Amino acid sequence: MGQKMLMKGNEAIAEAAIQAGCRFFFGYPITPQNQIPEYMSKRLPKMEGGCFLQAESEVAAINMVYGAAGAGARVMTSSSSPGISLKQEGISYIVGAELPCVIVNMVRGGPGLGSIQPAQSDYYQSTRGGGHGDYRMLVLAPSSVQEAVELTQMAFDLADRYRNPVLIMGDGLIGQMMEPVEMPDYHPAADLPPKTWAATGWTPQSDRERAIINSLYIDPAVLEKHVNHLYEKYAVMEQTECRWQEEMTEDADYILVAYGTTARIARSAMRKLREEGIKAGLIRPITLWPFPSAPIAQAAEHARAFLTVEMSMGQMVDDVRLAVDGKKPVHFFGRTGGIVPTVREIITQVENLAKEGK
Amino acid sequence: MEAQFLIAGFGGQGVLLIGQLLAKAAMHMGMNVSWMPSYGPEMRGGEANCAVVISDEPIGSPLVTEIPIAVIMNKPSMIKFTPAMEKGGIMLYNSSLIDITPDRDDITAIPVDCNGIAEQLGNARTANMVMLGAILKKTGVVSIDAAMEALKATFGPKKEHLLPINREAMEKGAACVS
Amino acid sequence: MAVIYEKTGILTDTPLHYCPGCTHGIIHRLVAEAIDELGIQGKTIGIAPVGCAVFAYNYFNTDMMEAAHGRAPAVATGCKRVNPDNIVFTYQGDGDLASIGAAEITHAATRGENITVIFVNNAIYGMTGGQMAPTTLPGQVTTTSPYGRDPALCGYPIRVSEMLATLDGPAYIARCSVHDVKHIMDAKKCIKKAFETQIAKKGFSMVEVLSSCPTNWGMTPREALNWLEANMIPQYPLGVKKEVE
Repeated sequence: MGQKMLMKGNEAIAEAAIQAGCRFFFGYPITPQNQIPEYMSKRLPKMEGGCFLQAESEVAAINMVYGAAGAGARVMTSSSSPGISLKQEGISYIVGAELPCVIVNMVRGGPGLGSIQPAQSDYYQSTRGGGHGDYRMLVLAPSSVQEAVELTQMAFDLADRYRNPVLIMGDGLIGQMMEPVEMPDYHPAADLPPKTWAATGWTPQSDRERAIINSLYIDPAVLEKHVNHLYEKYAVMEQTECRWQEEMTEDADYILVAYGTTARIARSAMRKLREEGIKAGLIRPITLWPFPSAPIAQAAEHARAFLTVEMSMGQMVDDVRLAVDGKKPVHFFGRTGGIVPTVREIITQVENLAKEGK
Repeated sequence: MEAQFLIAGFGGQGVLLIGQLLAKAAMHMGMNVSWMPSYGPEMRGGEANCAVVISDEPIGSPLVTEIPIAVIMNKPSMIKFTPAMEKGGIMLYNSSLIDITPDRDDITAIPVDCNGIAEQLGNARTANMVMLGAILKKTGVVSIDAAMEALKATFGPKKEHLLPINREAMEKGAACVS
Repeated sequence: MAVIYEKTGILTDTPLHYCPGCTHGIIHRLVAEAIDELGIQGKTIGIAPVGCAVFAYNYFNTDMMEAAHGRAPAVATGCKRVNPDNIVFTYQGDGDLASIGAAEITHAATRGENITVIFVNNAIYGMTGGQMAPTTLPGQVTTTSPYGRDPALCGYPIRVSEMLATLDGPAYIARCSVHDVKHIMDAKKCIKKAFETQIAKKGFSMVEVLSSCPTNWGMTPREALNWLEANMIPQYPLGVKKEVE
């Protein structure tokens, strides 16, 4: 661990990516993530072989990522909600061609141009694939700047391990906030597979097959086989990559489920509720896909009810309900459009549940 | 212990720097800190504000919606944030540029002649440091020495010669409040 | 028996899927021969488009990437920036390059991206069944301009080479045709020149090749080549549009 520094979420993510060996960044300006490309534009040209390029659009940026990933590089792009929508075409191709990359979404309020304030209303888009076709992305949701750093570095390893894009889903608040950060000493996982599939130049004398980076499988039987292969990878991810944090769930009557920024606020609410004598607990998904269904199902055995809190009209709540499987009531509280819920609002929700005996 | 600040003014007054120095100094004392700027289109209109939370517990929301301590550097910010003050809250305001007082009788308003003092010192740009000195004295959240360390790190070697006048500004500001 | 002609090893043995009389096969061969003659197979990466040439990765015997529709110049950019010593070319049709990919080609060109673009212009969408392209001629009948392209309704064809030649970024831009042997030989020279431009790190190079589509034009191969010469060349004048020494 290095020195403790006060860093903005966006800048900390950019630095963490560089520390993790990312030397290529392609992006397009959009609030509230501009400090990521700005930071990269300052640092990458000074690094050997490094390249920052401001693309003509998010569509071009994600396709530059495709080309760079196909050439075997660690590469990243970042954007915010409307820009991420534009990237969906490229993301689908990247998944289909089994290329590794890291994508950051500092989510803002939608739909449409929406607002520039923090939101979590891209949960469906992030966890259900987002673009066309049968696929998933690993989705990591940091709730502090320090965690954003750690997850960014992990994201590059995960992307390389599974040859699948990894999405870091933050929000305007995670991106704009400054918090203390200790930059970890990064070492890539020792067992990452070599990129023998990368397109770097080939002749018949080369000791590998000719590289074809491609997502087109015109024969349905072959495509089905390819998609089945993707889903075998997803099954392994579900087994091994699920991450979450639980606090005070053992004896809790009311379990708050929240991620990212909202989880910080839910945690404060949980503490105050405990002081009032209401037994509240918190489950914070860190991976939004794969979703930590197991701890939620387990908590459903003893908890009285769940309250999912989101900066949306209720998207993750679907996954909570699937995990609880009708065993206990799952309630929802959300603010949207760029409004961040307050501790007071969450406390009131739980107090009302307790009063009504729900 | 948890201290929450909302610091507001117009761009160029150094309100974001006040917040960063508070957060950095508290961070070096081992506290949990967060600094959250407004990043809306109002920034383009010249307004700037940030929220700072300092706590010995992990910080929940970095936003400050019911303001216990407001630091107000210009008149529009006083008008904007007075209604968001917590009952019993403290408002330190730059009386050099603000010719009104907050229309709340359930808060304590403390005038600080930031620009006046800074001009007496011969460097108008230190008005924000006058205010920082007043904040430190009033809240005791970090010491002037800790804030100076944070400022030294922020300035770097190129601006090191400006440290003494900034310290003087902080001390004069501290002397303004009891 | 003496071998008097041999297919270059830069094309695989996979049979081409193109329609009878289509000139894609000729253009593939010209590109492959240029790569062969320049001895750059081992460092060449080709970027295939969406369109008739979508399976180009099966034909060019080099490392290949298949791009999304119109995005080949962006994919080539990412690839080239990672390994600047690779020789990167895109192979794109008119719908891919001049319509959906108009932004990507323009910006790759203005950046002076050191890549080579082979732009095959046959004035129609071939793969999807003969719809109107951005390069379809005024009055030309397609499945989505059944009364002939009406400029009052849908504008005029784009002269991509002339448009890109106005930019400062490109180093070499030429338009050729493959309707007869003489022009095929000229096209070969231009394609080779484009790759040489990239090898010399001069910047963006593009060769627009006027091509025929007998199937979707509803003509025999011979009629199609005649139509190309009589109608397309007046609209799209041949020649070098830009060359930076």
